[in-house]
Amino acid sequence: MATDTKEVKKVLFGPILDSNPIALHILGICSALAITTKLETALVMSLALTSVTAFSNLFISIIRNHIPSSVRIIVQMTIIASLVIVVDQILKAYSYEISKQLSVFVGLIITNCIVMGRAEAYAMKSPPMMSFLDGIGNGIGYSMVLIVIGTVKELFGFGTILGFEILPLVQNGGWYQANGLLILPFSSFFLIGGLIWVIRTIRPEQVEPKE
Amino acid sequence: MSAKKETIGSTVGIVIAVCLACSIVVSSAAVGLRSLQQTNENLDKQTNILEAAGLLEQSNGDIGGTFDKFVEEKYVDLDSGSYVDKPEGSEVYDMYKAAKVEATSVKVEGSNVGFQRRANVASVYLVKDDSGDVSRIIMPIHGSGLWDLMYGFLAVDKDGNTVREVVYYQQKETPGLGGEVLNPAWKAKWDGKKLFKGKELAIKVKKNASADDLYAVDALSGATLTSNGIQNTLTYWLGENGFGPYLTNKPWKS
Repeated sequence: MATDTKEVKKVLFGPILDSNPIALHILGICSALAITTKLETALVMSLALTSVTAFSNLFISIIRNHIPSSVRIIVQMTIIASLVIVVDQILKAYSYEISKQLSVFVGLIITNCIVMGRAEAYAMKSPPMMSFLDGIGNGIGYSMVLIVIGTVKELFGFGTILGFEILPLVQNGGWYQANGLLILPFSSFFLIGGLIWVIRTIRPEQVEPKE
Repeated sequence: MSAKKETIGSTVGIVIAVCLACSIVVSSAAVGLRSLQQTNENLDKQTNILEAAGLLEQSNGDIGGTFDKFVEEKYVDLDSGSYVDKPEGSEVYDMYKAAKVEATSVKVEGSNVGFQRRANVASVYLVKDDSGDVSRIIMPIHGSGLWDLMYGFLAVDKDGNTVREVVYYQQKETPGLGGEVLNPAWKAKWDGKKLFKGKELAIKVKKNASADDLYAVDALSGATLTSNGIQNTLTYWLGENGFGPYLTNKPWKS
């Protein structure tokens, strides 16, 4: 179990730019579209997804040698679903307001492709510690995209950041006319598209070869 | 992976073990956190009622204490408009649950308020001042907006006619458009409006309503359907199928 620093770094920070789950693998788009209207919900969602990915990777990796390959997807789903329910319960207990806003999307972490994807692609063949770090790394990659999009959407859609007024809105007596398009979920498509473009300009090797 | 040692026995064994472990984790989380969640839910409801009561700032964070001191929950039989005892059943009466049971509810007819049945008995919250006199009456209202049912509280003065607050606490309207029902600037427009002109229900949510018009509130711009929903909700709940008889009887006066 050689967990040298270089490998740890790659697993932990690689997903931020080099192999971002949203920007490169185009996974987990659905939740990134829906809950990024406000930065606060995006942050909580990021935290929830990171912890679920990290712990599901950890547990799956611990029992990876015992999971029969014929039912491995079901076993993975059971573990992921249990973790998601626990996260949902904790949110309801400790941050009721936000769990009300996230509503169904916490539950939908179960079907978030990033969690399943990392469990299947990494945790099934790697030792527990590295899998845990891989989960955290991918969670951070997902969070980064969510935070960027959440910031843009909240700033230009509501004129606020985390609820603090930055651009005073016309309806509150200011000068900024809020951009209604950015409030709607599908505007994230444009933003994610733009983000992918930026990342692939910085890292041209991510561009797929022409078919 | 472990393809080499796969037998039915081991597969079933692993699956059962995983399921057992997971169910233990899930159920202990659910049971362990339940009381905290219920406290939260209750607190959320009390916070909204205090906001409708205009006591939220005064409460200084002591939601439960302020609620117990100034607010009294009463139960109204909607058909007769008079107070009744708390309906039998669970510790906390939930009129939205009661509306789902045939025995405790009636069908909604001739209204586009957006739901099928309403409970026979509704909860109302009487707000009292320091000397114990009723100063405001808070009524729960709900009806469909653009996307889904919106739940809120309507607070009126003790004359049963002057609006003080309209507070929506659960809605799924488009943020920035219909979601502006939560905007303090819009909510402030309700303060001082009158519900009834003589015996007729007169309050209207309409476009470009002047702030001086006692019987009209300016509709939300860009959210016509949400505004219509609020109008339908008020028309139903203040009509004879809703709190109409209660507001006519004014049983809080005696």
